[in-house]
Amino acid sequence: MEFKDYYKTLGVERTATADDIKSAYRKLARKYHPDVSKEVNAEARFKEIGEAYEVLQDTEKRAAYDQLGNRWREGQDFTPPPDWGAGFEFTQGRASRGEAPDFSDFFSSLFGNFARQADASRARGEDHHAKIVIPLEDAFQGATRTITLRAPQLDAQGHVALREHTLNVRIPKGIRDGQLIRLAGQGAPGAGGAPGGDLYLEVHFDPHALYRVESHDLSMTLPLAPWEAALGATVKAPTPTGVVEVKIPAGSQSGKKLRLKGRGIPGEPAGDLFLVLDVVLPKADTEQAQQIYHTMARELAFNPRKALGV
Amino acid sequence: MDREQELLTGSVIGDEGVLVLEELARACGAEAKWIIELVAVGVLEPQGTDISLWRFRAADLTCARRVARLQRDFDASLDAAAVMLDLLNQIEQLRARLKLAGLDVE
Repeated sequence: MEFKDYYKTLGVERTATADDIKSAYRKLARKYHPDVSKEVNAEARFKEIGEAYEVLQDTEKRAAYDQLGNRWREGQDFTPPPDWGAGFEFTQGRASRGEAPDFSDFFSSLFGNFARQADASRARGEDHHAKIVIPLEDAFQGATRTITLRAPQLDAQGHVALREHTLNVRIPKGIRDGQLIRLAGQGAPGAGGAPGGDLYLEVHFDPHALYRVESHDLSMTLPLAPWEAALGATVKAPTPTGVVEVKIPAGSQSGKKLRLKGRGIPGEPAGDLFLVLDVVLPKADTEQAQQIYHTMARELAFNPRKALGV
Repeated sequence: MDREQELLTGSVIGDEGVLVLEELARACGAEAKWIIELVAVGVLEPQGTDISLWRFRAADLTCARRVARLQRDFDASLDAAAVMLDLLNQIEQLRARLKLAGLDVE
């Protein structure tokens, strides 16, 4: 596994005081906290920062980490020394409330064995949380999705290691963005014969090329030719369940919304599909097209700026 | 154990209150006492009047976990975390409206 230089991650010297470390962490947390940050990779970056802080803010863990000496470099191949951890007693970290931290293998190999000793008696497994991003179409047809999760697990020797596991999950028809799928017993295993925790999957949709989603309603921009909008027409429109014919009322303007009832995400009741009309002008790039525009300019007494008083 | 063949069906939690106090607390890795505080400051608004009848929705769980992270990672008081949460929610609503208007902000 790769060595992690926690001092480098927080941008502090090895001689930094507890206050220096706290203030460096605070600054980075403001910048990269996934709840408040729009930086790319904020989540991954914040995880590294949190892991570094978890170790350096804790006197016992920091002292043990410092014992590794300063001959290691970030990313260097690393194996814990055989006498690692002797004479140290680690207590449970800051992450007592909230999720079990998904720290690196490096962290788990150094501190994982100790963090969990308190859980030895019979105890229900912790609930776990994960996000799943699915195509919008899954909400219309239902689907089966495979997800791969990393979770800390105890092995037979009582050591904690990050294990990957794969789950096949049924995505029910009618699911919406922000809803949770609760999988009973798929969280952390229980200790001493107690039941396992649950896994909560937070569902999100991939951005869709055509449809924008709001709760169970969808909206889509529907381009129209000027004559379709002016005279009324029946035009084709794609919907997630297939192409439909839509009647455009005469005199429609750009921005007008047409509601296709029940064409949104299925359910009781189903959502609606809103078509936002967008009148598109044909290019005047041929003599004939220019003639037609000239004729309109001549024949139609039309001032689009009348409301502006000019 | 070959989990890869197994197809899991879960229960969907949405806008209907389904989670009881203890379930929500456990899902947050927190004490029920802390959830009661969140309700008292108005961060969570469960359905049901009496504590034993409280039912929480998906948004409550997402929200409570967010407050837990903000409190833990910034050492924020519950009140400060509640203000952060309000502001974050406002930003999200504005972003969603921009997106609906076809203006991408990313």
